[in-house]
Formats: sequence, C-alpha cells, structure tokens
Amino acid sequence: MDWINAVLQGLLLGGQYALLACGLSLIFGVMRIVNLAHGVLAVASAYLAFWLVQLTGMPSFLTIAIVIPVLAAVGYAIQRGLFNKALRHGELSPLLVSFGLAVIGANLLQEIFTADSRKISIGDLSTSSVELGDLRIGVFSLITLVVAVAVIVGLQLYLSHTRIGRAMRATKDDPEAATLMGIDERHMYALATAIAIGTVALAGVFLGMSTQFSPTYGDLVLIFAFEAVIIGGLGSLWGTLLGGLVLGVAQTVGAQIDPAYGVLAGHLVFLVVLLFRPQGLLPKAVVA
Amino acid sequence: MTTLLEVDAIDVAYGDFRALHGITLTVAEGETLAVIGANGAGKSTLLKTIAGLLRPSAGQIRFDGHNVSHTPAHRRVREGIALTPEGRRIFASLTVEENLKVGAHGRRPGPWNLRTVYDAFPLLEELRTRRGAHLSGGEQQATAIGRALMSNPKLLLLDEVSLGLAPVVIADIYRALPTIAEKGTTVLVVEQDLTQALTVADRVQCLLEGRTVLEGAAAEVTREQVQAAYFGVDASEGREAG
Amino acid sequence: MSSTTSLARQDLATRDLKVVRGGWPSLAGGGVLAAIVVFLAAAPWFVFSPGDVTNLVTLFALIILGTTWNLMAGYGGLVSIGQQAYIGAGGYGVIKLADVVGLPIPVAVVAAGVVCALLAIPTSFLLFRLVGGYFAIGTWVVAEVFKLVTQELPGFGGGSGLSLTAFQGVDRVTRIATVYYLALALAVLVVLATYALMRSRVGLGLTAIRDDSVAAASLGVAVRRSQRLVYVAASGGAGLAGALIAVNGLRVSPDSMFSVQYTAFMIFIVVIGGLGTIEGPILGAVIFFALQQLLDSYGTWYLIALGAVAIAVVLLAPKGLWGLAARGRYEVFPVGHQVYPQGSPQVAKSVDFE
Ligand SMILES: Nc1ncnc2c1ncn2[C@@H]1O[C@H](COP(=O)(O)OP(=O)(O)O)[C@@H](O)[C@H]1O
Ligand SMILES: [Mg+2]
Repeated sequence: MDWINAVLQGLLLGGQYALLACGLSLIFGVMRIVNLAHGVLAVASAYLAFWLVQLTGMPSFLTIAIVIPVLAAVGYAIQRGLFNKALRHGELSPLLVSFGLAVIGANLLQEIFTADSRKISIGDLSTSSVELGDLRIGVFSLITLVVAVAVIVGLQLYLSHTRIGRAMRATKDDPEAATLMGIDERHMYALATAIAIGTVALAGVFLGMSTQFSPTYGDLVLIFAFEAVIIGGLGSLWGTLLGGLVLGVAQTVGAQIDPAYGVLAGHLVFLVVLLFRPQGLLPKAVVA
Repeated sequence: MTTLLEVDAIDVAYGDFRALHGITLTVAEGETLAVIGANGAGKSTLLKTIAGLLRPSAGQIRFDGHNVSHTPAHRRVREGIALTPEGRRIFASLTVEENLKVGAHGRRPGPWNLRTVYDAFPLLEELRTRRGAHLSGGEQQATAIGRALMSNPKLLLLDEVSLGLAPVVIADIYRALPTIAEKGTTVLVVEQDLTQALTVADRVQCLLEGRTVLEGAAAEVTREQVQAAYFGVDASEGREAG
Repeated sequence: MSSTTSLARQDLATRDLKVVRGGWPSLAGGGVLAAIVVFLAAAPWFVFSPGDVTNLVTLFALIILGTTWNLMAGYGGLVSIGQQAYIGAGGYGVIKLADVVGLPIPVAVVAAGVVCALLAIPTSFLLFRLVGGYFAIGTWVVAEVFKLVTQELPGFGGGSGLSLTAFQGVDRVTRIATVYYLALALAVLVVLATYALMRSRVGLGLTAIRDDSVAAASLGVAVRRSQRLVYVAASGGAGLAGALIAVNGLRVSPDSMFSVQYTAFMIFIVVIGGLGTIEGPILGAVIFFALQQLLDSYGTWYLIALGAVAIAVVLLAPKGLWGLAARGRYEVFPVGHQVYPQGSPQVAKSVDFE
C-alpha cells in the first residue's frame, strides 16, 4: 500500500514538474534555445505572487491574473532585447546570456527578499484531501495536475490551430522562408517566449503555493524541468507531461526507499533514460 | 503600362564578395519578365534582394511608386512582393494546407484563397493533409507557388521553378502561370533553362557574373544572342543593352 | 615560438607567400609572460604576505578552470555548466588520496586530476547523447549526482564534508609554499598543454568545428572523438583546480565544492577574457580575481554586476576583452598562421587556414 501511495503521490508531484517544464520545452521547440533562466523566472513568479498577497491582501489565486501577464511581458522583452540578438552570434550565445540572467535573477531575488524561505498561503486547501480507500489525494496537488494537463492541451491546440501557432511552427521549420510569408521572425520568437514564460509564471505561483521556496530554488526547478523534458522526449509537449510524471514517480518511490534518495532517484532515472532511450519516451515523430 | 518594380543600380555583396554590380531592372505591371543566367550569375541574389532578405550596399529598389530599400522582408510581403525561393523551402512539419495558410499570414485582399489555389493546382487539394517533408519535388513546387499566391502578391518572384523536376512536371507548373497573370499578378521568373523561360516571358534579361549582359523583348532576342550572353562568349551586340 | 610551416598541400604555398606562426610579437608576448611567471615564482620571498600567497593560489586555480572550460566551450563547442562535478571530485579525491592512501600532497593533487579525467570517460558516453544546451544542463545533472552520491558515501562526511589532515605537523610556511608552487606550476603546465593541444592535429580539427559547424557535422565521428578528448582533458583540469582549492582551504563540503557558482565564475572568466583564445581566459581570470578581491564585500550586487557584464560582453563584444585589445591580429600563443607576401611583411594579412 505504501508503494501504491508513493506512485500516486509521484504522479501528483509530476503534474507540477510537467507544468514547470512545458515552457522550457516550448522555447527549445521553437527556437532551439535552452533557457537557463527558466528556474529563476519560476521562482521570481512565486515571489511576485507572494509580494502581491503581502501588499494587497488579495486572494492568492487571484495573483495569477497579474503574475502571468507581467512575466509574459518580461519574456517578450528578454527575447526581443537579448535572445534575438544573441541568436545572431550562434548557438552558444543565448545559452551564456540566459546563464547570466539566471545569476542576476537569483541574486536580485536574494537582495530584495533575503535568503529566507517563503510560501504562498492557500489556507485549508494545502491540507485538504480526498480519500480513496486507504489513499489520500491532496486537493491542491490534484488541481496542479489538472492545470498542467490543461495547459499542455491548450498549448497543443494553440500551436496546431491558430494563425500565430502555425506561424510559430513555420518559423521553427525555416525562419527565412517564414519571413517570406510576411512573418516577423523576431516578433514570433518573442511571442513564443512570452507564452512560454507565461506558463512558467503559472507554474511558479503553483510551486510557491505548494512548497517553501528561496531565491536559489530556481536551480532545482531548472534541473527538474529539464529532466522532465528529456525523459519525455525533445520537442513533444505530451512527452513533457509524461516526463514530468515519470520524474515525480521516480522521486517519490526513491524517497520511499530512503528519504535521502528522492532527488537522486530522479536523477538516476534521467540518466538511465539517457543511456537506453536518448530520444526520450515520447519523441516527436521526426520529420526530415 | 505603369512600372511596378524598379531596381536601380544595386550592388549586393556577401562579405567581401560582390555578387551584383549595378544591376538595373524594371518590371511593368502585368508583364512577365524572365531573368536568365548560368549558375552563379547572381539571379537568386537579385530576387532575395528584391524580397528584402539581402540589403543592397548601393542603389535603390522602388516598388509600386515608393522606395522599399529599407523595408524589412516580412513587410514587403504586405506591400505585395512574394518570393518562391530556390529549393522551394516548404515547411517540412506542416501539411500542405497549413503551408498554404501560413502563406496567407501577411495576406492582402485579392482573388487568391485556399479555394482558388486548389482550383489552379488541383493536385494540392488531394495532398492537403500530407506533410511538407513527404512531398515530391513537383508537389513541393506547386505548394510553394500556391503558398506565395496566398498573400495575393502584386509581384510574384519565382526562383528556378524547374530545377530538378521532370519535364512533364515543369510543363504542368508553367501551365498555371497564365492563370496567375490573368488574375492580375505580375511575374518575374528566374531560370537557368532558357526554353521554358522564353515561352512565358514578355521580356528577358540575362545576367553574367552579377552584370546585365543582354536585355530585350522575348520575341526579339535571338537564341544565338542569348546563348552568347549566357556563357559570356564575346557578344558585343548583346552588351550594349547592359 | 615562431616557426615557418611548410604547407605542402595548400595551393597557396605555390605562390610567393611566407607562412608564419606568431612571429616576433608573439615571442615578445611570450617573453613578458615568462617574466611574469618568474616574478610570481620569486615573489613569495620578498613581496607577498602569506595571506596574499594563499589568495594567489585561488587565482592559479581560476586560470586552470578558465583555460580548461575554454578548451571545451571555445574550441570544442561543448558548453558545460557542470564542471563542478570534477572540481568537487578533485577536492574530495585529493583529501582521500593524501589522508587515506598517504600520497604526498603534490602527487595526490596530480592523481586527483587524473582520477577526474578517468571519471570523465564513462560520463562522456552518457552526456554526449545530448547536444548544445541540453548537453549543458545534462552536465549539471551529473554534477548534482556526484554531489548527492558524495554526501551519501560512507566516510565522506555527509553534508558537512571533510578536512585535510595530511598537512598536520607541517609548519605553515612550508605548507603555504608547497601549495603555492604547486598551483603556479600546474597553472603554467595546463596553459602550455592546452596550447600544445590546440597546435596539434586535434586542435586544428577543433578550430574547424568552432568556425564551421556544417563542415564539422560532416566530419562526424572524428569530431566526436576530439570533443571527447577535450572533455576528458578539461575535466582533469577541473579536478586539478578542485584539488588545489581543497589543499589551499584545508577542507571541503558538498555545497561549496559542487557549487554551480564555479560555473558562473568560469563562464565569466572565459567570456570576459575572450572565448576561443588561449590568452583570453588568463586575462579573464586576472580581471575576475581582481574584481573579486575588490568587490567581494558587496556580495550579491557583485554577482549581479558579473552577470550583467557577461551578458553585455556576449552581445556587444563576443570576442571578449582580449579580442577587443588584440583585434585578432596579435597572439601571444599563436594557434593560427599569418601569411606574408614575400618581401613585404608590412602588408601582412591574418589568415586562419583551419
Ligand atoms: N550566402 C552566400 N555567401 C557567399 N556567397 C554567396 C552566397 N550566396 C551566393 N553566393 C555567391 O554569389 C554569386 C551569385 O549567387 P546566386 O545569386 O545564388 O547565383 P544564381 O542564383 O544565379 O545561381 C555566386 O558566385 C555565389 O557563389
Ligand atoms: Mg540561384
């Protein structure tokens, strides 16, 4: 029973990882940029929500309505102002720039909010659960999982069926040819980043509601998000969802063996996937 | 006839290498111009510069009465310039229909839409759901032209439509060109293959190593003149035009 | 350091060209560097205080880290953000080798570097399944695994770490001097070895990767092998640096030795100095070290400034400060070649044949 419970809790935890990872997956999918500032942006979103609650006393969930647009705008600006320029210097440059952003972000958060751990209060919701026989399912974790699935479905639909989504995929395939279709490549990239960072913001606020966070927590977020993306398979949002779930289960099952092994077990599953199935569990059907 | 496109003495360089030397060219509304020349003559460079992918280091490009030299490529589409690039450059992960829809991204009002493109290229309707990566060369070319038409261009630039295609396929594609011209689109075709180009063009202009070496009405230039200009053998009668 | 190279297979050699590596300006630059090394070797006797001497060991470790990170990223096209795996392994390794195995400190430091290079071989087979940015984060995951495993291993002190005991009973001056000269010698050796590697066939191939990824892709397997060599060598270098840091500081803990902050420092050093040059990381390390000495008390603001400067350099001066200063014409460590039309060296044009 403990083991079944561990798997169940892992799936719920995995929802959070999937939510955190889909922005990373999207930015890589469209621009081939690995955004090392991903984790910091998630944590910054949590801080922003925390600060809004402190300042205005607004309900925690309402902060999402502010944090998402703010972070999306930040994402747009980062892409327009930095990444687009960096892309001209080759593949190394965006990586280095995003690392610089991560260092700046983490230290700014530390300067503003100190190194103390925080948590966004959600009242009773953090402890309420539904019983399923002997199993207990945290309501908030369940909400997170549902939101993660909804975000991924929404992103898929957006990319497949809207004018902008199609333009993004076209730009991904061939940026120069996309320009010839009247698509402004730089704007399209910035929109993709804005959407991606918008999902990061949502994920960050949910993170801040479920765990204690501190300015350096972004490192772990980045690593977990990355593992989810790779386990699932590059360039596939469904893969990212699966990857998040697998990572969550690996961690909770590892922790069931010994609490100290949780994170390590996640890393090991990641390395095993890398070794035996480097294309990930659900790789995108590769087109030439 | 009013002038639609005026390329005025442009120089274009890749780094230190100058690919075009003072090229001048005009296209009147409604006419079809063929730019011909051997491999490496600078034809694609010329089209990319007109479309805005490359910037001239000297000279000017005027389109529909105003200077577009500094207009970025994606906005030139809205002005009415569409380029079907060399090698077709179909979006590989998108279906044929999605490729066409993306072509309408910078759409202007006009006769072309999914329906009329499918009418002009019936083949494409059958292939609607096929991904770009899985198309044959001819299918790709039809998609590429259809995709360019979706923006309702005033000027359609076609770069080596026939490259690598079987003669029947080439003939099929060229058969669609009059329909395109009828709907009011001016066409500039670039070809290495003289025969095809001369059948559809009203005028020809021949490039050699980045310079114009022959220019004239398609009906008036002789095959010998063209061949001489094309290969750069002494053709003094051709050079006076450039 | 100048040598006239015959270019039998280059058609340029059929013309009247003289091909030279470096030439006298490089010799002069090399002379200056040699003089600095001699000065540094003599300095503890009359200039520096023991505190300075200990600080300088940090500088030498930074030079090793910058040089080896640049070897990977600047020449091999491999951006790792996980070299702290080997810094930590080197730090823990040297303590085990000195305290448990009983090796003399200098031998233990070098052995720790070798151990790290060996560890990098199997690791590379795992990581090389990832490319570009994903390789980068993959290296970080490996570093986290190294850290977590180190914490869990019996006899490694868990979360609080280990202290070096081999120096107990050695008087302070001897200890500091040992570590100082060891660090200086290793820094010089690592720079020279990197230089030698870059002038070798492997180096030429790697410069081709850096300059033309399409050509490099067509070389496939050979490129992969060169990259692996570079990764293993750079990891050995990180291990040496970690070992030096450990014997200099006398203790190690998982959080400090496996800290991703080392990566921030390495990136800063290389990017500021000049990616893909031998001189850049040395310059970058000196600048970084000086800033650190001056501004360390500003803590987070200092790191924020570092990040901002690194971004600015990447975007505005992608060749770094060395690139700005030398404008590609001057190399203390000539890796490329200069071509002089015979008889008129004043119109020399710099050409990289690679
Ligand atoms: N991206 C490029 N970089 C450098 N040189 C180029 C590039 N594209 C074309 N060239 C050179 O410019 C000249 C003209 O090329 P292009 O316009 O493609 O000729 P065409 O289309 O007539 O075959 C050729 O000498 C070609 O080698
Ligand atoms: Mg061409």
